[in-house]
Amino acid sequence: MIRLQDVTRVYSTGETAVHALAGVNLEIGGGEFVAIMGQSGSGKSTLMNIIGLLDRPSSGGYAFGGRDVSQLSEDARARLRGSAFGFVFQSYNLLPRMTALEQVELPLIYQGAADRKRRAAQALVRVGLQDRITHLPTELSGGEQQRVAIARSLVVNPLVLLADEPTGALDTATEHELMTLLSELVDQQGLTVVLVTHEAEVAAYARRTVRMRDGRIVEDSGAPLVAAAPDGPAQ
Amino acid sequence: MSPLDAFRIALRAIFANRLRSALTSLGLIIGVSSVIVLIAVGQGTQRGVTDQIRGLGTDLIFIESSAEATTSQTGALAGLEQSTLVQGDAAAIAADGIPGVVAVAARVAVDAQAVAGANNVGAQIVSTSSGYAEVRDLAIRSGSFITPLQDEDGALVAVLGARVADTLYEGLDPIGQEVRLSFVGGRITLGFVVIGVLEEQGGASEANDQVFVPLSGTAGRLRFLYTPAGDLRVTQIDVQTASGADQQRVKEDVTELLLLLHETPEPDFVIQSQDDLISAATEVSNTLSILLGSIAGISLLVGGIGVMNIMLVSVTERTREIGIRRAVGATAGDIVKQFVTEALTLSLFGGIVGIAIGVGTSFALDGRELGGQEMTTLIQPWSIAMAFLVAAGVGFASGSYPAYRATTVDPIAALRNE
Repeated sequence: MIRLQDVTRVYSTGETAVHALAGVNLEIGGGEFVAIMGQSGSGKSTLMNIIGLLDRPSSGGYAFGGRDVSQLSEDARARLRGSAFGFVFQSYNLLPRMTALEQVELPLIYQGAADRKRRAAQALVRVGLQDRITHLPTELSGGEQQRVAIARSLVVNPLVLLADEPTGALDTATEHELMTLLSELVDQQGLTVVLVTHEAEVAAYARRTVRMRDGRIVEDSGAPLVAAAPDGPAQ
Repeated sequence: MSPLDAFRIALRAIFANRLRSALTSLGLIIGVSSVIVLIAVGQGTQRGVTDQIRGLGTDLIFIESSAEATTSQTGALAGLEQSTLVQGDAAAIAADGIPGVVAVAARVAVDAQAVAGANNVGAQIVSTSSGYAEVRDLAIRSGSFITPLQDEDGALVAVLGARVADTLYEGLDPIGQEVRLSFVGGRITLGFVVIGVLEEQGGASEANDQVFVPLSGTAGRLRFLYTPAGDLRVTQIDVQTASGADQQRVKEDVTELLLLLHETPEPDFVIQSQDDLISAATEVSNTLSILLGSIAGISLLVGGIGVMNIMLVSVTERTREIGIRRAVGATAGDIVKQFVTEALTLSLFGGIVGIAIGVGTSFALDGRELGGQEMTTLIQPWSIAMAFLVAAGVGFASGSYPAYRATTVDPIAALRNE
């Protein structure tokens, strides 16, 4: 489903060029639960942004679902991002003064989708927040806010859920609940989840771990096994 | 994103910052309402002046001495001594047979105090002839106007303007009563018998505050008003032309005749038709309208800058919101639409409230006394349309640049910023 070939990302800050990614080859199949691990500055977040079409590689190829997406226009990337990817961040990134239901409706507004309220409510039920539908972010606990963010990313029925340190701000018990929720989404609904973290306990919920250092993949616990076939043979 | 969704998002953002939104709109409210009110005042003034000139009579041409000074309570007669127009000029114009001339009336106007019993009132004394009522369209309430016989006799009779009569006699019938007119600060006082009272004249007509007396009866008794040649000086000669007559032609013929009579190559008098006066007044008040409108336009511009300022602040404050919206699939176009819609909504709200206040204020001002002057306002539909379009334009223009700035927000940086 996701295939990166020799991807680099160079940030030029004044005179020095920073190689956030220095040639990454990665293939992720449908239904995988992958954790990308590494120190800060290892390039793991940059990798996630490129996968999620928030950022563009400086060089290299990116095929998503067998289609080259590295040359898409800004608007085409925004549309594909809205329909195929869901994002979950450490800082939840909910909008203030919006109820949980309105937060979850947001992606549907940009898709011009019909039946938005019902679909948003369903997504909140999926993450177990049926009793918090009309609550504002300030009325929710950290774990509940992160569930709203997950519901918001699930409401468009994405193919891939990208989570950047999703439990970084949560206590251990809540972290366990949330990671269990993600595992269930992978197991029961065939969602592909890419998780960026620097904590081994969190990465342990994933089925495959990719370690990064200095913009390169230094360790990969497993090449795609399940759904690599539609994209061609595994490397 | 549908326009309705964009509008909902805009309303939510506007209501999230109620005070700030209200203050931003206030700039436009003030701008739009002042454009409407000031143009209404300008146009109302124009109509008031035009009506006043029309109210002088119909198809008139006015001749005044170019040397005549402005009349005042005590200096009136001094100014009159400079006048180059004489009663004989009026007679000559009437006798010359100029085509289109229907009637001619000369007059001497001086300010004086009118006294009856214990009451007195300041009034302009118009010494004229029997034809004046017809020339100036003056209707009689009771009694009669000066008769041709009284013209010849130089009788000491007076016709009172409506307000003068009401002030002096307080509802009693003034016909047959005596009114004393006191000139030059009381140095000359003459007694007159009231023979008629005028109908109340509409609008700002000056006839309500005038007293009419036969020219020969009054001015005729003031020796110093005569020229060395023995002709009576007058302040003004009114020429009534036939309706539909070529006033320009009549003016030229009269000018030619007067130049001949005065034995001068350059006119020592000013000759103007009612149309000349109306177009001069219209020109003045149009300039006034443009001036007032421009001042108001500047406040509208300032209001627009206020909207842009707030939108720029808003974009900076909402970097994170923009990043989130981009992450969930908003295109750059969606973001532009959101911010332009927000600026437009603010501006149009300001525009509509401004129009309501402007129209309301114009209505409230209409007919009010302000500094002794009755205000007339005339709301111009085009000024409303213009104010509305300018408000919309301001909203669009002041939303566009901040909206463009919003699209340059880097979603990654925005989402990381905690």
